[in-house]
Amino acid sequence: MSNEKITITVNGKRYDKEVEPRRLLSDFIRDDLRLTGTHVGCEHGVCGSCTVLMNGKSVRSCLTFAVMADGAEIMTIEGLGTAENMHPLQKGFWEKHGLQCGFCTPGMLMTAVELLKEKPRPSVDEIREALSGNLCRCTGYQTIVESIQRGAEIMQGGK
Amino acid sequence: MKPAPFRYVRARSVDDAVAALARDPEAKLLAGGQSLIAMMNVRAVKPETLVDINALSALDYIKVKDGGIAIGAMTRHETVKSSPLVAEHCPLLAEAYHWIAHRAVRNRGTYGGNLCHADPASENPAVALVTGATMVLKSAKGERTVAADDFFKGVYQTAARHDELLIEVRIPSRPKGQGWGFMEVSPRKGDFAMTAVVCTLELAGATVKTARVAYAGIADRAMRFAPVEAALTGKPANEATFAAAGAAARKAINPSSDFHADEAMRRDLAETLTRRVLAAAKARCT
Repeated sequence: MSNEKITITVNGKRYDKEVEPRRLLSDFIRDDLRLTGTHVGCEHGVCGSCTVLMNGKSVRSCLTFAVMADGAEIMTIEGLGTAENMHPLQKGFWEKHGLQCGFCTPGMLMTAVELLKEKPRPSVDEIREALSGNLCRCTGYQTIVESIQRGAEIMQGGK
Repeated sequence: MKPAPFRYVRARSVDDAVAALARDPEAKLLAGGQSLIAMMNVRAVKPETLVDINALSALDYIKVKDGGIAIGAMTRHETVKSSPLVAEHCPLLAEAYHWIAHRAVRNRGTYGGNLCHADPASENPAVALVTGATMVLKSAKGERTVAADDFFKGVYQTAARHDELLIEVRIPSRPKGQGWGFMEVSPRKGDFAMTAVVCTLELAGATVKTARVAYAGIADRAMRFAPVEAALTGKPANEATFAAAGAAARKAINPSSDFHADEAMRRDLAETLTRRVLAAAKARCT
C-alpha cells in the first residue's frame, strides 16, 4: 500500500506531494493543503458540497482520489475571489442572500462558475437543472437561483 | 467515512490494464469512480487492488461503425450526452441522458463504467437492452462480444469475467420509422430511478411490428419481460394495447420496497409509465 507521488496545481499554485492512494481529493485539499473552503457534506457523492473544478470541469472531490488528479489543475472556492475582490457570483450571492448557513455555498458557486462559462445568460430552468446535484437545507433554493441570475448580470457588465 | 487502504496500479494502455487484471485476482477496475468510490467511502466494498484506467484515452471516443455507433468504454457521460452522433443514431440514448446523473458526476463518470457497475436502478443498462447494444470485452486471452440481453446478471453483476475489461459498446442505429420513449420517476432528477421504462417501437401500418420494453429500478437488474412484449407484437398500436402491456408489466416485474418507493408504488409506476412511454414512442414512428 505504498504512497504515490503526485503533482497537482491548485488555484494556480503547484504542489508536489506524497499521498496514500485512498486519499480523497476532498481530504487532500482540506487536510494536506489546508484549503478548508471546500466543504465535505455527505462524502458519498450525493450533496455536491465538495464540488471543485478539475481542468475546468466540476467534479465531486469526495468521489475522486487525489492520485486521479495527478497532473490536473484544480480550482477551489479560494481561487474564485477574496473578501476584498469578490467574483461576480459571490457578489450575487451576497446581494440576493443566496446563503444562510453557508455550508453548501462553495459547491454551489463552483457549480455556477461552470454553468456561466457555458451559458452566460442561463434561464431559471437551466440554473435549476445545473444545481440539481447540489443540496441546500436552508434556502429552499429560490435565493440561490436569484443569486446566480444576479451574478450572470454582473458578469455581463450590469451594475 | 473513508475508504479502506488499497494497492494502486495506474494502467497506461489497454494491454497494461488487462495484464494487471490477469496478474491479480483481487484487482478491480477504477474508471470514473462515481459509483465505486462512493461505495468505498461507506465501506460497502473494500477492493485490495485498484487498476486505474483513467489514462486510457484510447477508449474515449464515439464513432460511426458497421451501421451503428461505437462508444469507447471510457467516454465520459457528459461527452455521450452532448454527442451529435449519439443524437442522430441513437436518439433514445440521447433522451435518456437528460435523466442520467448530475453534471459533476457526468463530467467524471464513464459510459462503460456505468454499464459494468450494473446498478439495478441505472438507466443505461435498460437503454442498452432495448437498443440491442453489444459489449466488447477484452482480456489477456483475447476479445469477445456479449449482447446486452446476456450481459446484466444481477445487482452489480455482469457477464464480464474478473480478468475482462469492457472496451467498447456498439449500438445499432435507429432503423428508419422506429419510435422510442424514455420515462422515469426518481426522488430528484438525476438520481437513480424509482422506476424507469424505456422502449423502442416499430409499426407495420397500424399494427405493432416489434416492441422492446425495458425497466430499471424494479428488479435486481435492468430487464425486458416477455409478457409485456407479447402483449404488443402483432396488436393494433392503440391505447388499449398499450394499457394491456402496462397491465402485463404490473404483473411481470418483481420490485422490492425501499425508502423511496414500496412495491405497490413501483407496480403502479411500471404500469402507468409503460402505457405512456409506448404512446410517446408511437408518436415518433415516422
